Amino acid sequence: MPLSTDPAPIEALAIRAYTATTALGRGRQAQADALAARRAGLRRNDFGADPLDTWIGRVDGLEDAALPPALAAWECRNNRLAWLALQQDGLMAAVEAVRTRHGADRVAIVIGTSTSSIGATEEAYARAVDSVVPADLQRPAVHQPHSLGGFVQAATGLAGPSITVATACSSSAKVFAQAARLIQAGIVDAALVGGVDTLCGSVLFGFNSLGLVSAQPARPFDRDRDGLSLGEAGGFAVLERDDGSATLRLCGYGESSDAHHMSAPHPEGLGARLAMGDALARAAIAPDQVGYLNLHGTATPANDAVEARAIDALFGDGLHASSTKGWTGHTLGAAGIVESVFALIALEDGLLPGTLNSQVPDTACGPQLRFDNAQRRIDYAMNNSFGFGGNNCSLVFGRA
Amino acid sequence: MNPLDARIAGIGFWASGLPSWEAAQAFVADGRLPDAAPRRPSPELLAPNERRRAPESVAVALEVALAATRAAGHDPTTLASIFTSGHGDFAITGYMCETLADDPRAISPIRFHNSVHNAAAGYWTIGAGCTATTTAISAGPATFAQGLLEALVQLATGTPAVLLVAYDVESSGLLGTLTPSRGLLGGALVLTRADAGDGPLLRASLRTGAGAPPEGPLALRLRDNAMAPMLPLFDALAAGAGRVLLDAGAAQALEVEVEGMHV
Repeated sequence: MPLSTDPAPIEALAIRAYTATTALGRGRQAQADALAARRAGLRRNDFGADPLDTWIGRVDGLEDAALPPALAAWECRNNRLAWLALQQDGLMAAVEAVRTRHGADRVAIVIGTSTSSIGATEEAYARAVDSVVPADLQRPAVHQPHSLGGFVQAATGLAGPSITVATACSSSAKVFAQAARLIQAGIVDAALVGGVDTLCGSVLFGFNSLGLVSAQPARPFDRDRDGLSLGEAGGFAVLERDDGSATLRLCGYGESSDAHHMSAPHPEGLGARLAMGDALARAAIAPDQVGYLNLHGTATPANDAVEARAIDALFGDGLHASSTKGWTGHTLGAAGIVESVFALIALEDGLLPGTLNSQVPDTACGPQLRFDNAQRRIDYAMNNSFGFGGNNCSLVFGRA
Repeated sequence: MNPLDARIAGIGFWASGLPSWEAAQAFVADGRLPDAAPRRPSPELLAPNERRRAPESVAVALEVALAATRAAGHDPTTLASIFTSGHGDFAITGYMCETLADDPRAISPIRFHNSVHNAAAGYWTIGAGCTATTTAISAGPATFAQGLLEALVQLATGTPAVLLVAYDVESSGLLGTLTPSRGLLGGALVLTRADAGDGPLLRASLRTGAGAPPEGPLALRLRDNAMAPMLPLFDALAAGAGRVLLDAGAAQALEVEVEGMHV
């Protein structure tokens, strides 16, 4: 089986703005500060009426962060977090700038999620009386996967293609690939990409049913890891064709399928290797040019061992690779954008995060797997995001 | 924008009452309906026990995906794919929400992993042994148009062939009161680069304006399914040629022209 389908190199795209809001706080600096201080965002599960015994990455204050009246039709926890994330780090100003440069219909919205607003649908079922949905939840637009894309369109006024990608935990990494293609093919000149996922019963009790939730804070790649911590997050980035002025760039993407199992990774990491190989080929760089790799690293026994072996097969000893899920929890459909933001912070600040909570490396871990933070200037950073269905995406970011 | 184009290498179709592309073509030609249509598809890609247990959304998506791939004579193991559905599987979403309200610790792990929007895409790549990229997208009423656009954009950026699958199923329960959707409907196209192959030519471009109201036989007969916005194109394909305006969201429509079908 080939390790790459040898796609042609792409023209790198400018990243005009980027942001994330997670359990670590609101906006880029809150993320960078918590990564540098090795301060976790996880807390004992206090979500819902009957919480499971686990730890979660919860964003504070959403309960008090109602949407502006003009957007009230989109009310739900997920769209509240989307709105909050859109307000950080000059993101809306960057959207306005590309809209002014190109026109609203020349800017796409491509956003990822795993559950979108299903928390609102869960609430509709829980509060239904005599099989009637409560009046305040009779809003069909929030009871469908595209609720997030529809909301972001309403919130930004952009009028190009608006798409919600839902490939489970690879969702908001794949949005970079789809947006890059839309720009490369000349359909649009810029794109707002990102993703949002919020805590809800479906994911907490769903992952619990699969036996994948830990009773402790997640310990990625630790010998004794026993499952994941779930989190919620939102993040966005503005991509535009590069006129030579970009300081941060999307250089390559790779997507693949495991062709193996709905909820277990391919035992040899086949899909992961294909995705990483294609991302490097599109970026036209060699593996040893990657300075930091943010791993999918969920802290489940199967995922981490497979990913560690795939990394060891592809990269040399010098790579600094880590999972940041001990900081934020696994933010599912938002993991792609959150961890892309961490990769961009690594490029801008030279801050290479280690792996929180983990003590003794699994024997599958190669020398690339780092538990301690490092400070070093790097030129390229990579992010891996893998999802149910064996759906994989790798992204390469660079400093100009 | 410059128009995007592709060759149509294969078509798959399955709707309640019209359980194949041949049946759909016959219906468009002279209003004929099959005497006895199966209630749900039975996709050969799945093992017999999985076939019975598969959610309806997965069953209809895999049925049309396999039909289109076979019609194209294309090796599915290297075929990129795009799965589009406005709502995924209403029944599983309803099951998750009902169980969470009643007894959250009783959720079935299989139903949970089948609840992801990319369940059909996952079963397809696993069943077909396909390691190429696949995605699962939605865009409200513009879901099909955005899926077709992504397929054409993949071809324009170097992918040699793409499988596009569109489906939505019947809604029920509380979700059904919010979003009515009737019957099962699925459509699939295998598209190849316009400079390769000799299938009929499809040309598309985004333009300002709304989609056109449905008026073909398939669009009128199956208008109550949430994936009905795809039907004007399948009416044109069955008729052998035509130009349609598909709702592409916001204030845009995807204008699609088909020429050279031999029906």
